[in-house]
Amino acid sequence: MSSGTIPQPDGPATMRLEGAGITLGSNQVLRGIDLQIPAGQTLVVIGESGCGKSVFLKLLIGLLKPTEGRVLFQDQDLKLLSENRLMRLRLKYGYLFQSGALFDSLSVEENVAFPMRQQGILAENTMRMRVGESLEAVGLPPSLWTRMPSDLSGGQRKRVGLARALVMQPAIMLYDEPTTGLDPIMTGVINDLILKVSRSRPVTSVVVTHELRTLATVADRVVMFRPLSRLEPWESQIAFEGTPDELRKCPLPVVKSFLGGHGVAEFAATPGGFNEPVPPAISRGIQP
Amino acid sequence: MLGAIETSGDFAMFVARVAFSLKRGIRWDVIGPLLVEIGFRSIGVVLFTGCFIGMVLAVQAHMQLAAYGAATRLGQMVNLSVIRELGPVLAATMLAGRVGGSISAEIATMRMSEQVDALACLGVSPIRYLAVPRFLACLILVPVLTVFANFMGIIGGSLVATEIHGIEPYHYWQHASESVDLWDHMMGLIKAFFFGGSIGLISCYVGLNATGGARGVGIAATRAFVISFLTIMVCDFFLGLFFARITPTMSQLLSGGPS
Repeated sequence: MSSGTIPQPDGPATMRLEGAGITLGSNQVLRGIDLQIPAGQTLVVIGESGCGKSVFLKLLIGLLKPTEGRVLFQDQDLKLLSENRLMRLRLKYGYLFQSGALFDSLSVEENVAFPMRQQGILAENTMRMRVGESLEAVGLPPSLWTRMPSDLSGGQRKRVGLARALVMQPAIMLYDEPTTGLDPIMTGVINDLILKVSRSRPVTSVVVTHELRTLATVADRVVMFRPLSRLEPWESQIAFEGTPDELRKCPLPVVKSFLGGHGVAEFAATPGGFNEPVPPAISRGIQP
Repeated sequence: MLGAIETSGDFAMFVARVAFSLKRGIRWDVIGPLLVEIGFRSIGVVLFTGCFIGMVLAVQAHMQLAAYGAATRLGQMVNLSVIRELGPVLAATMLAGRVGGSISAEIATMRMSEQVDALACLGVSPIRYLAVPRFLACLILVPVLTVFANFMGIIGGSLVATEIHGIEPYHYWQHASESVDLWDHMMGLIKAFFFGGSIGLISCYVGLNATGGARGVGIAATRAFVISFLTIMVCDFFLGLFFARITPTMSQLLSGGPS
């Protein structure tokens, strides 16, 4: 193994979707998504379960290929890249999975070292140092570093997953429901970590969440998806796109309904969140 | 029907990707532990199966041969059957259940818990990291374990023949050694090679395409065994037909003259 450094990205990446959509089997999940994710911004994606938020993240990293339209990373169409080029490009991404997705046959340290070890571009000492820095950055005490993933709590697993995603210093971070299933304290810890990541170094972030507290803490921009099953063919799947403040003022019943059904009072009380609570929606129907 | 064609096409693409990944080099650091895991832990069951194949064959064949006064030919029948046919097929069947099911369940679990997606997100090809090493391990180990199964089958058959049926060991071994040549061993090992490759490819493919949570893992393990077993049987038939055509020529070539 040679000594060297991990290639650094030029800066945070720009992503763009042009009419992107995907059909899985006979089920159309996303349709006609036009979206720009500016470099260095944190985009929060919200929406009901089953509206395609996680599929959207998988399109962004090329795990799924759009069946219509294009997904562009720094103007490169992911669909046109060969498997090898796509694999290399993915080194510029960090992905925090909902479950952590830690390799259960590897210890915490080995999990975090895994991407560097697979690339074989760092000396063992440098790699250990990077692993230590990454685990410290997510606040995981050294006593847990030699443990197996099965010995960790949900919050600890997410922290290790975050350390593994960050160790390659990605240009774009994708978070899939980072706080789902965590207690309020751990939710706050993970939210702070996401914020810390985006403030400590230039990175573009996309956060898929149901938690309005996460939205309030980390979002520069917000996108709200609607499930296609409830839409007419002419309706846009994106119900809302704007800043968190614009989201608060959005008069659309579908937006109010979502916010009202997801503990908006808690969101309102969060520093940086809404200044005043949005009243629960009266109408829960979707306006054409 | 359309589904079957689609799955066949998808499997063909998977095989092509495995072959393409092989060109990029072999990850011996990943294969080493698998060889130990698959090989070492399967030796016991293969030795046991092989021994009893030979013993059962000797019991059954003795009844037929003794009726014609040809009991001393038992060694010929047992050894040819074990080396050409039963050793490779039964060793592969045992490994399809033990190893194929385990590979499929492991990869299916990784798929359900998003570990396969995590590999891809970390710039590591799941085909290269998961499928290729397991395919190669099966390709190497099934022939090796077939040799163990054959050896124990021959020993088991000879024990039954000489100790239970009272056949003179000299005659038993003389007939056995006269009738089995190098080509017979090669036929068995070539079959084992194909069986091993089939088990590895099918198990990895089924595991990587598993869906449906914990139930899906169980289904994947069962499906991997059933498809591997059927493939072994079909493969055995066609290889048997092919070998039947070329055996006279090959025996002649390998023995260095007319047989």
